[in-house]
Amino acid sequence: MRRLLILGAGTAGTIAANKLRRMLDADDWQITIVDQRGTHFYQPAFLFIPFGRYRPDKARRKASRLIPSGVTRVEGEIDRVDPDARRVALADGTVLPYDYLIIATGTSPHPEETPGMEDDWHGAVHSFYTFDDAVALRGALADFTGGRLVVHISEMPIKCPVAPLEFTLLADAHFRERGIRDQVDITFVTPLSGAFTKPVASEAFGGMLDDRGIAVEPDFMVESIDAQAHRLVSYDEREVPYDLLVTVPVNKGAAFVGRSGLGGELDFVPVDPHTLRHGAHPEIFAVGDAAAVPTSKAGAVAHFELDVFPENFVRIVAGEEPVESFDGHATCFIESGAGKAMLIDFNYDTEPLPGMFPVPALGPLPLLKESRFNHWGKLAFEPIYWSMLLPGRPLPLPAHMSMRGKRVPS
Amino acid sequence: MSTTTLAGREIHVDAEGFLTEYDEWDEALAAQLADQIGVELTPEHWDVIRFLRADFAETGQTATTRRVQAVGGFPVKQQFVLFPKKPGKKMSYIAGLPKPAGCV
Repeated sequence: MRRLLILGAGTAGTIAANKLRRMLDADDWQITIVDQRGTHFYQPAFLFIPFGRYRPDKARRKASRLIPSGVTRVEGEIDRVDPDARRVALADGTVLPYDYLIIATGTSPHPEETPGMEDDWHGAVHSFYTFDDAVALRGALADFTGGRLVVHISEMPIKCPVAPLEFTLLADAHFRERGIRDQVDITFVTPLSGAFTKPVASEAFGGMLDDRGIAVEPDFMVESIDAQAHRLVSYDEREVPYDLLVTVPVNKGAAFVGRSGLGGELDFVPVDPHTLRHGAHPEIFAVGDAAAVPTSKAGAVAHFELDVFPENFVRIVAGEEPVESFDGHATCFIESGAGKAMLIDFNYDTEPLPGMFPVPALGPLPLLKESRFNHWGKLAFEPIYWSMLLPGRPLPLPAHMSMRGKRVPS
Repeated sequence: MSTTTLAGREIHVDAEGFLTEYDEWDEALAAQLADQIGVELTPEHWDVIRFLRADFAETGQTATTRRVQAVGGFPVKQQFVLFPKKPGKKMSYIAGLPKPAGCV
């Protein structure tokens, strides 16, 4: 029996388990998945929970129900990987040997990385990247009746890099609905030079913030938070005051990655961007947010990676060379408030561009433009996530990004 | 990608002026690149630039400000003093390397 071990039962790990169980012969392959949480969250809901537009308990399900039969699920905390001995130790002393290892343990927010950030956590300082944080922020937003709202990104890369922008646009719409928008100052504080990472989209998003009277503080690298004075302080000594701060803390991969000598400074696993294979340890792969590859950390990326990776994996274990090549494809809906959303589609080489998706001219989804169709698309995605994406059933979307329907602005 | 002439020779640059060929860089060119963005190079600047060059040769990627602190030993605060406002971009520009990734 050959042993495949998957670390992490989030979006990427669950899709990998489902697809590979179907593709690898049950007589030859034992597949084990380590689940560190027991609960699977529908993370796009974390953006809507703070605005009271999503019932929190709907966002979680038992992870065990999403793992197929024929895959052994082990619940426990991962202590370290010994890549030379090819085994993984759990904190409770369990040792899991492997022939092949897939690391899918994602990324997590680390507020303790920024001095002062935890001092007033869930007081005037909030976030929405975990279930508990999203629920706590719902209370804080409901109590907020006016003043300075600051939405802040600590450092790139972060999970779902459009989410802070969506949160800002939804907050603007939320205060309008409550009739108190004129009593709220909204500022978007980012370490980037504009509203987004890529130029054409950054300009489009920057224009949307401008239209809504939202100030942008670019190139802001936070050094500390003065929780008493309610101020963000940057390394170059700029200060941004807040009454309510919604921050995205520093994102890091799982700590065991660093302990095992498999990661970079932020504990993400450096792998080949096209095959997701580790350079020094060819039997180790990283998928989803855990991988240090130059595309967005997002569920859509995990999905597209796992359209390409399993076939490669099957070739590799048969002694063949990988042929499929992951292109960094990402597709993201961006909620912009008032029942509309935008859509972006991009990869390693092509930034988000305007046009129509997925069918040229007809769409029906316009790219880089607000539309009700995109909002409906985002809503329609939730049942697809549970019933098709996680079980690894084919979706009618190409794995590789296509230039069809896209316009390159001159 | 396009070419531009600097320090009396043709070099390959991207749309934002970052060098795209590692080997087209030398220290004379760095002085000119620094001059273009208003940075006067001191021995401390050179230490950072030489770290970035060596680190890129080893990893194939431009070090982020976090890595320049963690591996190079230059505190982020100091990077902001040496390369005001945008240390990540300015350091890599002068060192003839692509902008650090992570901005995705």
